Amino acid sequence: MQKKTSNLHAKFNAFVSTEGFKSFASSIMAIIFGLAVGFVMLIFANSKYAFDGLIALLTGGFADGMKSLGNVFYLATPIIMTGLSVGFAFKTGLFNIGGSGQYLVGAFVGIYISATWTFIPSSVLWIVALAGSALAGALWAFVPGLLKATRNVNEVITAIMMNYIGVYLVNHLIPLSPIYDSTRNQTVPPRSYIPRAGLDLIFPDSSISASILIAIACVVIVYIVLNKTTFGYELKACGYNQNAGKYAGINEKKCIILSMVIAGALSGLAGGLAHLANTGKYISVVDVLPQDGFDGIAVALLGLSNPGGIFLAGTFIAYLRQGGFFMQRYGYVTEVINIIIATIIYCSAFSAAFKNILTKIKSKKNNKEQKKVAGEEK
Amino acid sequence: MDYIIEMLNITKTFPGIIANDSVNLLVKKGEIHALLGENGAGKSTLMSILFGMYQPDKGEIKINGQPVKIKDPNDANRLGIGMVHQHFKLVGNFSVLENIVLGAEDTKMGVLQLKEAREKVMELSTQYRLMVDPDSKIDDITVGMQQRVEILKMIYRDNDILIFDEPTAVLTPQEIEELIKIMRKLAQEGKSIIFITHKLNEIKQVADRCTILRKGKYIDTVDVSKTTAEEMSEMMVGRKVQLQVSKEDANPGEAVLSVKDLCLKTNKNAQKNKLNNVTFDVKKGEILCIAGIDGNGQTELAYALSGIMPISSGTVTLNGEDISKASIRSRSVKGISHIPQDRHKDGLVLEYSLEENLILQEYFTPKFQKKGLLQFDKIRENATKLIEQFDIRSGQGPITTVRSMSGGNQQKAIIAREITKDPDLLIAVQPTRGLDVGAIEYIHSKIVEQRDNGKAVLLISLELDEVMNLSDRILVIYEGEIVGEFDPKQVDVKELGLYMAGSKKMEVK
Repeated sequence: MQKKTSNLHAKFNAFVSTEGFKSFASSIMAIIFGLAVGFVMLIFANSKYAFDGLIALLTGGFADGMKSLGNVFYLATPIIMTGLSVGFAFKTGLFNIGGSGQYLVGAFVGIYISATWTFIPSSVLWIVALAGSALAGALWAFVPGLLKATRNVNEVITAIMMNYIGVYLVNHLIPLSPIYDSTRNQTVPPRSYIPRAGLDLIFPDSSISASILIAIACVVIVYIVLNKTTFGYELKACGYNQNAGKYAGINEKKCIILSMVIAGALSGLAGGLAHLANTGKYISVVDVLPQDGFDGIAVALLGLSNPGGIFLAGTFIAYLRQGGFFMQRYGYVTEVINIIIATIIYCSAFSAAFKNILTKIKSKKNNKEQKKVAGEEK
Repeated sequence: MDYIIEMLNITKTFPGIIANDSVNLLVKKGEIHALLGENGAGKSTLMSILFGMYQPDKGEIKINGQPVKIKDPNDANRLGIGMVHQHFKLVGNFSVLENIVLGAEDTKMGVLQLKEAREKVMELSTQYRLMVDPDSKIDDITVGMQQRVEILKMIYRDNDILIFDEPTAVLTPQEIEELIKIMRKLAQEGKSIIFITHKLNEIKQVADRCTILRKGKYIDTVDVSKTTAEEMSEMMVGRKVQLQVSKEDANPGEAVLSVKDLCLKTNKNAQKNKLNNVTFDVKKGEILCIAGIDGNGQTELAYALSGIMPISSGTVTLNGEDISKASIRSRSVKGISHIPQDRHKDGLVLEYSLEENLILQEYFTPKFQKKGLLQFDKIRENATKLIEQFDIRSGQGPITTVRSMSGGNQQKAIIAREITKDPDLLIAVQPTRGLDVGAIEYIHSKIVEQRDNGKAVLLISLELDEVMNLSDRILVIYEGEIVGEFDPKQVDVKELGLYMAGSKKMEVK
């Protein structure tokens, strides 16, 4: 009996010391830390309902049962995609801060195709529209990738510039195009939507659609590309050490461009998925960068750039947003709610720091145990 | 007996390894004490403890019989301990004098007082015969003189205990002789010297006593005059080591690589060619060695041949095929293997695991991939085989992150990868840099084995011992030009040194 428990104990220890567990535990610690800081902010904003507010924030994702949960997945879809975009670029040594621009041009092209290409039957039009979104995002990221590869221009600067080019270009194009709703100063609804794929039966009355399935598919594909293919091996090798990549005969310039293009396609697709989900989402003609692109950075950080982690992180942040709606019941205004969520996300970015702490604690413990063993031997 | 330094029972552990396990180091006043050991034997850790960069877990340090605690390098300086690092810590565009006083300047109302400093420096320089020109810029003087500046820096601060970390690695034979004279002079004047090295002949030449470490353990302290180099190397490695490479005479066949009038500029606007009309052949079954002082175009030559740097003019022919403009990948596939000079910069992806690094040159071949998917079982199999065959040691075997491996084992991984590719031409640039005797012996034997299998080997090395030991033919490179061709049996190190320093030159065709 004792042997069995010690066996289990050893197994548990082995599991606890795996890299994956460490990553997971550190993210959880970061989240708890973030919630604690968020709670302090709640007290500052309105101390009377701070506790109720926190409960609402934490349970809002389940407040209306499956409906809320379905909405969580709906909200999670675009930020999982932009998170994947940022995480993929990270893994290959690039920082894609251009997610917002890529998302926006992706959304524009998606809506445009879906609203105007009437020659394609509407049952498949949404697929074409999404492909257009991905292509547009890819094109937007191609420019920074090309400049980085050939002229060694820092991709952060060019991607930020592409963000603004994207915003102003889209704002300029919408009024000139047939998808403009001039009375509301926004885009018209698309003609073909992403199907519900039966998910509305599981999550009734929610905004969920097959978008989330496409996002999950992307998570799986990115994971496979990065970890199982020669292509991913090349991209990562160049990302970690460009010189070694070159030495091994890998075309490092091609790698940089392709990494950016793939990251851009993911962000572009995020824009398409968000706007073709039949939830009445539109692009309004205002000079503001869409938040979802920047949220991707937080999601990627919280998920430690790991596709699975990004899925969890994106869902978590969407869960908080959903919970945030319910905080309004206690008189918290949306701005305060956003600040609190932002604080939690901000603190969550410390997950890398927590990982270091965990590693240190672990090695200290090991040292102590070694010393103990040594002492017993004496 | 009065010892100036007593390090007693020093133990220092890092997670997973015991770097120093009850090590003793006793240095007498005025002696030259060599510290000998393989890489990872704990020499650097021991010296870092003495210099205050690490704190020992156990043990005691006494300076002049007084127990001391050395908390940081400033403490070490106060106790008169100075160190000449392997890579000099000088400011390139400062003058010699400015570099010497840097950090110990005399100022009056915030104004630098260089006059007295100059007098003191000149005085010390004549006293210890350390010839320097105080007004030259560091960038303009030779490596040998830079080293003298480093030594003067220590003496200027009245340091009595001088640590030399592998001081001869960057010097020509003539400069080494000069350095040895200086060290003797310093010892005569009452300075105590700790001399870290793995070159046994230098220990024989200059040191009085020698402390040997092996795998963190203290082995022995011996009297150098009463111990042979073979005995010392045996103590260092723990088994008998062959210091001389045993090899048959070369049996060169036809040319594998032909280089003709190769010129290379590092950038378009450069005034001078980094390589100028370089012409040579490497034949089947021979080891051709390019000797020269660091920075005379060796790096560029290796890069030009492997395709990493484009050439400006000339031709490179491999097995009769012109590859002057071929890509890196196609040269590699056509039969060039390249052991790069800088294993961290070029040779390895440090974040990748050992098994991933071992396929860096062949991951795209059917051996390791099917339809673009990596074949992890084959990759593991390959790693297990090479780890055993080349004795690559690491914490977790195939899945060890290469960054965490020792330099010697990282180098072994590169060599395993490049040799098993079965190349026609092996370009090895400083393949044993920073490695210990055991690993050097092994790598040398592998290189000779390649030659005996009828491969062409181009060895580019800064170590003259290695050049003399391994090569079948020697070319000397100076400022990007081939200035001499020699048969290693008919030339001595001194003669080579003259060509390497540019004071002699012959027409080579």
